[in-house]
Amino acid sequence: MSSELPFERPLAELRKKIDELKHFGAEKQIDFSDEIARLEERYKQLESEVYGGMSAAQIMHMARHHQRPTSLDYISLIFTDFVELHGDRVFADDLAIVGGLAKLNGMPVTVVGHQRGKDTKDNIQRFFGSPHPEGFRKALRFMQQANKFGRPIITLIDTKGAYPGDTAEERNQSEAIARNLLEMANFGVPIVCVVIGEGGSGGALALGVGNRVLMLENAIYSVISPNGAASILWKDASKADQAAEAMKITAKDLLEFGVIEEIIPEPQGGAHRDKAAQAESIKEALWRNLQELGKLSPDELREDRYRKFRKVGRFGTAELE
Amino acid sequence: MFKDLFQKKKYAVVPSERTKRDIPEGLMNRCPKCGQIQLSKELEKNLKVCSGCGHHYRLNAWERIAMTLDEGRLFEIDENLVSEDPLDFPGYASKLEQQKANSGLKDAVVTGEGEIGGFPVVIGVMSFDFFSGSMGSVVGEKVTRAIERATEKKLPLVLFSTSGGARMQESILSLMQMAKTSAALAKFHEQGGLFISVFTDPTLGGVSASFASLGDYILAEPGAIVGFAGRIVIEQTIRQKLPDNFQTAEFNLKHGQLDKVVPRKEMKAILTKLLDMHAWKGEPADVQ
Repeated sequence: MSSELPFERPLAELRKKIDELKHFGAEKQIDFSDEIARLEERYKQLESEVYGGMSAAQIMHMARHHQRPTSLDYISLIFTDFVELHGDRVFADDLAIVGGLAKLNGMPVTVVGHQRGKDTKDNIQRFFGSPHPEGFRKALRFMQQANKFGRPIITLIDTKGAYPGDTAEERNQSEAIARNLLEMANFGVPIVCVVIGEGGSGGALALGVGNRVLMLENAIYSVISPNGAASILWKDASKADQAAEAMKITAKDLLEFGVIEEIIPEPQGGAHRDKAAQAESIKEALWRNLQELGKLSPDELREDRYRKFRKVGRFGTAELE
Repeated sequence: MFKDLFQKKKYAVVPSERTKRDIPEGLMNRCPKCGQIQLSKELEKNLKVCSGCGHHYRLNAWERIAMTLDEGRLFEIDENLVSEDPLDFPGYASKLEQQKANSGLKDAVVTGEGEIGGFPVVIGVMSFDFFSGSMGSVVGEKVTRAIERATEKKLPLVLFSTSGGARMQESILSLMQMAKTSAALAKFHEQGGLFISVFTDPTLGGVSASFASLGDYILAEPGAIVGFAGRIVIEQTIRQKLPDNFQTAEFNLKHGQLDKVVPRKEMKAILTKLLDMHAWKGEPADVQ
């Protein structure tokens, strides 16, 4: 599968041309260095044009890139001593959620995230990163443990949404999500959430009630997937790009709405271009935020979280008749 | 008692015209479930429940209030909050105007204080006839303020839900109302507050996946569809036809999701009973 997105094609073509020229020059022993330097210059310029002005729809495609690093990628790059834990103790081990204990710069933390699959087989096992109720209850169990033992909680958000299936409904998907929202609001330990890819609806928010919510530059976060919105609003799922623009789903939009606190920059061309560098910048942001939150008492942490969510919303007041 | 008269002074009387305005005109009514034709007057007398098959018609907020609160009296709060168009979303502003005109409501929930069986409560009633009961900033804010009011005044909280889910036109702001209302409930529950949540037809998505599922007691009207994902989306995902009773109150009761399915006629009595159980101050009961 090719790794470039449609809007990146001009860049890929130019790169190919430069490579061919280099190759041809080496083979025929002709000096093209001036020409190559000129093209490299043009490449840089094109790169900043392509990535500098990405539309919401282009960002959405970047957030869903098949090579985009997943929670497990980041966990192995950011933390040490990761001990993965499993299961909700009641029904099953939902592989759409991963988590456990780990150390961040030597400090024990609980980390939990959505996990997309790496390939088709993995994706089927992991329900494409869309949890069932047992997944949310698994995450809740890990977070309750963290709260009991006074460990900070770090969540990595990357899901299209909660799994829309019949068995998920039978086991009360709604309650599982609602319970996480209520419990997360009550925890007396610092919670930092990072939207690393797609933040889809209630399934994302069920890991998202943090003191700080950070977002990667090319991540998205919305109430419903743009595809879903397009099919409901315009009866046409192919208008997802149009919906993406209308729904204000980018990190920049959310910062402006006061929904997130910080945007973590991505390497040029997206997180998948340099996973190690991306992990490093996430690690830096996590550490910095946890240092700040570490100064607050459990009650102050609860109050800080309450204030953060309490103020979100825009409305007006009408004259009463 | 004189004391009661005194207390009731603070309540505004809901004008009866307002309650009746939204009831469809026409002498006869045809049940959408069984097809039985009945006099509209009879249907109303029967609390909008079909005398043939027991189908519970959907109610708007004011009809529900009239049936639930003592003398239909609500001291309404935050009635002036109105939705804005924070995303400049195509078509939203005009749709809001149209919804207001059609329903006579300012948004999809009415909140306030009243009494049920003599017990003072903070109440919120959602209305499906305004924007399919969807939750945007206004619904989230009004529900949160109602919860905070109940927390401050140490009053029981009763919420009747009906909703198609979060309001897409306010995107992330709608989603965050789920966290906001749930966080307010976390405080309310910490304090030992009593919250009775009643699901009515239909309650889906962001409302069922937040405050509505966080009651100490969860009741539902017969036949009410309650779930997270909608039937069509699920059928497309699993590529199977779902049974007719899927996500009905009776189905959900069987799956352990509800305390009780309560017919409309008994709702007020059950609410009163529950409120009474929690109002006990430790005096011995009168032995008959």
